[in-house]
Amino acid sequence: MRVLALIVMLLMFSKNLVANEQIVLGLSQDEVAITANFDGSKILLFGAIQRDAPQPDGKMGVIITIAGPSKPIAVRKKEKRFGIWVNNQTVEVDAAPSFYAVATSAPFTEIVSDVEDLRNKISVERAIRSVGAPMHIQDSQSFTEAVIRIRKDQKLYQLLENEIVVDQSTLFRTSVDMPANLTEGDYFTRIFLTRDGKIVSQFDTIIDVKKVGLERFLFNLSRENPLIYGLLSLAIAIIAGWVASSFFRYIRHT
Amino acid sequence: MAALAIDLCTIIKLSGTMQIYLPIAEVSVNAFLLLGLGGFVGILSGMFGVGGGFLMTPLLFFIGIPPAVAVATEANQIVASSFSGALAHLRRRTVDLKMGAVLLSGGLIGATIGLYIFNYLKSVGQVDLLVKLCYVIFLGIIGSLMFIESLNAIRRAKSNENVINRTNRHKGLVHTLPLKMRFKTSGLYISAIPPFAVGIFVGILSAIMGVGGGFIMVPAMIYILGMPTKVVVGTSLFQIIFVTGFATLLHATTNYTVDIALAVLLLIGGVIGAQIGTQIGSKMRAEQLRILLSVLVLLVCLKLATDLLIQPSELFSLGTIGN
Repeated sequence: MRVLALIVMLLMFSKNLVANEQIVLGLSQDEVAITANFDGSKILLFGAIQRDAPQPDGKMGVIITIAGPSKPIAVRKKEKRFGIWVNNQTVEVDAAPSFYAVATSAPFTEIVSDVEDLRNKISVERAIRSVGAPMHIQDSQSFTEAVIRIRKDQKLYQLLENEIVVDQSTLFRTSVDMPANLTEGDYFTRIFLTRDGKIVSQFDTIIDVKKVGLERFLFNLSRENPLIYGLLSLAIAIIAGWVASSFFRYIRHT
Repeated sequence: MAALAIDLCTIIKLSGTMQIYLPIAEVSVNAFLLLGLGGFVGILSGMFGVGGGFLMTPLLFFIGIPPAVAVATEANQIVASSFSGALAHLRRRTVDLKMGAVLLSGGLIGATIGLYIFNYLKSVGQVDLLVKLCYVIFLGIIGSLMFIESLNAIRRAKSNENVINRTNRHKGLVHTLPLKMRFKTSGLYISAIPPFAVGIFVGILSAIMGVGGGFIMVPAMIYILGMPTKVVVGTSLFQIIFVTGFATLLHATTNYTVDIALAVLLLIGGVIGAQIGTQIGSKMRAEQLRILLSVLVLLVCLKLATDLLIQPSELFSLGTIGN
């Protein structure tokens, strides 16, 4: 795990919702730098609930979501044709985040109502948007389920129920492991405070995941000057081949 | 292959250190694993005169490199290992440059045609299946032919009848077609059309399958053109340099899928392996070399065939839309 370098306290208050309870959040880091030896990152999220009045009644819940950049994906299903397994049906999922983690302070369904989940797209299932499969495909639901299943296996989608620790109904903290196969982009982070399943306060921030140093340079070069990049890779290959050949000849002759 | 796969799994899990994040592939992998894979395939490359792509590309899929990146980067890595191997052969004068040039001219044309076929199939959405079927069919045919032939050759060598076999091979189409050329290094006087056609054919296949094509080129040179085995390996490596170099540039400029970091790690292992492989190869008899290669080819073929025939544990797969 990367050592957390920077502790940034973000003291911004959410703008609206119920005024007497508000979230104050801190992040161990608000950016993840992908270096050459990057192998994942642990992000600590901690915060407090600020109150103007005594704590209201009702079961309190804290939910944190982190969503990577969304991209459309093609989900293909294999079927047996002429004795071999081939990709047969394809369903396009319009937008699925490349990474999605949901952490909660209690079982998910106990602290957020279905209506709020639908409205804010909190759960993993709701975070994936699919406009609809072609008519001839039955059971299109299984395709979206496959996206979740495959990405959960890769630790790209995480449901961390009961992972948020809440102290004295005021302080909360959790940590989210981000895997090594992250894609670059803005990771949209939301913190919800709920009372009896209703969202009473929301706080949004962004974690910036980006390549730095050599990784940045090579990536940019490959996109902006592909010919130079291609020639560079060829040159490296030729030189490496020549060096190895000369080196071994030298060894053999001495 | 299954045992190898399990080994790789444990290696990945055990060595938590020396992880490297690949900038284009956007995955984190173990650097030593890549060095080891490069070395292993490099040895085979030097021994048999194959680029090793037909082995490395599936291995890269297996350790989680996206297929598009694996194919493109593998082309780049083959340039290094085949260049290293070809230099060793050039010094020992076991490269038929004239034959190489004829094969290459066909190869470049073939690679361009192959790329068009590849892109067409990509738009239809069945490119994975076709690539795998190509592997199974060609590896199967070539592997079995080489295996049977090498067995016969070994048996003949034991009963001292191999002289007859040599003279028989020098007849057929290669002598009846026009445009005859003299290939001094190979000791052949044959038509230039068959080698040119072989070049085109292998070029097409190498673009579709994302390999150098040595495993097709080597047997084609031995059995169709009748070239001596000693010259075949060097000449094959020589023309693979250019065909894969061409493919690398095409991939880098159209699909942006060449990963330099991945290529460097693979080729460090690869070039060293190729040198060791050339040494081993020069000490072994041609029939033994061919029978080993044919067993290897058949193993890879079997693995790919079972993947197609047995129901996969995950029926669904995720892909990107468009580019």
